[in-house]
Amino acid sequence: MKKPPEDPHLPLFKSPSGEAGVPPSRPTALPPSPTALSVTQLVSALRRVVEEASGTLWIKGEIAGMKAYGSGHWYFSLRDPDSAIKCVMWKSNTTKVGAAPVDGTEVYALVTPTVWADKGELKAAVQVMLPTAGIGVQQLSREKVRAALEKDGLLDPSRKRQLPAYPRAIAVVTSTDGAALRDIIIVTRKRWSSVRLVIVGATVQGDGAARDLCRALKVVNRLPGIDLCIIGRGGGSREDLHAFDDEKVCRAVAALTMPVVSAVGHETDASLTDLVADLRAATPSAAAERAVPDRADCLRHVASLSSRLAHGLRRRTGLVAERLARTGDRIEVAMVRRIREPRASVDRLAGQLEALSPLRVLGRGYSVARLVDGRVARRRADLPEGTEFTLRVSDGDVPSRAG
Amino acid sequence: MADTPDTLSADLRRLEEIVRSLESEDTDLDRALALFEEGVGRLRAARDRLGEAEARVQKVLEDAAGHLTLSDFEE
Repeated sequence: MKKPPEDPHLPLFKSPSGEAGVPPSRPTALPPSPTALSVTQLVSALRRVVEEASGTLWIKGEIAGMKAYGSGHWYFSLRDPDSAIKCVMWKSNTTKVGAAPVDGTEVYALVTPTVWADKGELKAAVQVMLPTAGIGVQQLSREKVRAALEKDGLLDPSRKRQLPAYPRAIAVVTSTDGAALRDIIIVTRKRWSSVRLVIVGATVQGDGAARDLCRALKVVNRLPGIDLCIIGRGGGSREDLHAFDDEKVCRAVAALTMPVVSAVGHETDASLTDLVADLRAATPSAAAERAVPDRADCLRHVASLSSRLAHGLRRRTGLVAERLARTGDRIEVAMVRRIREPRASVDRLAGQLEALSPLRVLGRGYSVARLVDGRVARRRADLPEGTEFTLRVSDGDVPSRAG
Repeated sequence: MADTPDTLSADLRRLEEIVRSLESEDTDLDRALALFEEGVGRLRAARDRLGEAEARVQKVLEDAAGHLTLSDFEE
């Protein structure tokens, strides 16, 4: 809705001089136009006054004229013997209540009164509704704390911190003689034995529990080297778990400098510390499981990294070897070509040489006479009578003597 | 042991990086070999850190003056 401009002539609300409610002029006279408010200006001003004066608050009353529409929105009145106020509760809030309470039901309602512009109607927007019957003061106070925490943004999902992957030291805020602590120690030992658990004992139920939990949480913030905090206790009745709905305890949880897991064993309903903590676990054992990794899983992960590492390198060197092989192939082809070509010429030359060989002449019936000193006898004078020589024929030597 | 988790976390993160580089084809061989060597070192360190150790359980005691002391927790 468009906000009207501030009107300096708003005697109804602005004048502290006792003129409030006095019209600017007598009713019979025509009002001077600069001082007449538009309806929107009046209703907006009223709305501002109502909202500023009341804020959000708890009221108690009986439901009357309940109309629960298919859209999920509820329209009704809250009344007591003397007064009534029209209320609306939007679907986002009615879904948390369940079925619409019948007329006559007495309820506590967390409301923000306002003025609706279109009809100039006073309306209370209801955020939380709790039937008074069967609801103790405890739950009412719990809802109050919850609203206060929500208002300060402590329930905001964006506040949630991530838990450390491999915590080295975990502070545990719980009773030193409860099953919760024993469970946390057992699970932690089994999964991640190298962790250090630092127990900060605290009373977790009864008188003084809230104060003691606050003290213990402050101690945790003073301990050096703590990566994670677990706060919790084993299951109990809502009454037993009351300290974990305490506003100061919740604020102390929110003030922890390290991520925190809250494990307050209650199956149906989260405690407020669960909502403020970075993680909620159903039981202390579950909290320990979320807090530390599993050593076996981690070893498997390391093994997989190891094999990927080896495979990665093999693959990488494999690529190089393949490239080398390809290069080798090319070299070989080149070498073969280089070797084969000369060999062909050698063969050709050899053929030619052979054709010219004197030995082939011998094959045609010629022979060569060679003297002892290796000279070839060319004339009769080279072979006086009785000279020993060798006659070379096509298939060998024949020792001879000149006759 | 005091620095175990952070270094383990860092070792595993670095190992992931190394493995991814090795698995991609655009790492040259010299670099791949250097990465592999570093990876082997980090693997060994991670395995050592994952070695069995008995979880230590301590209890915080606060004296009247607000001083904190740690003692082994008797189970």
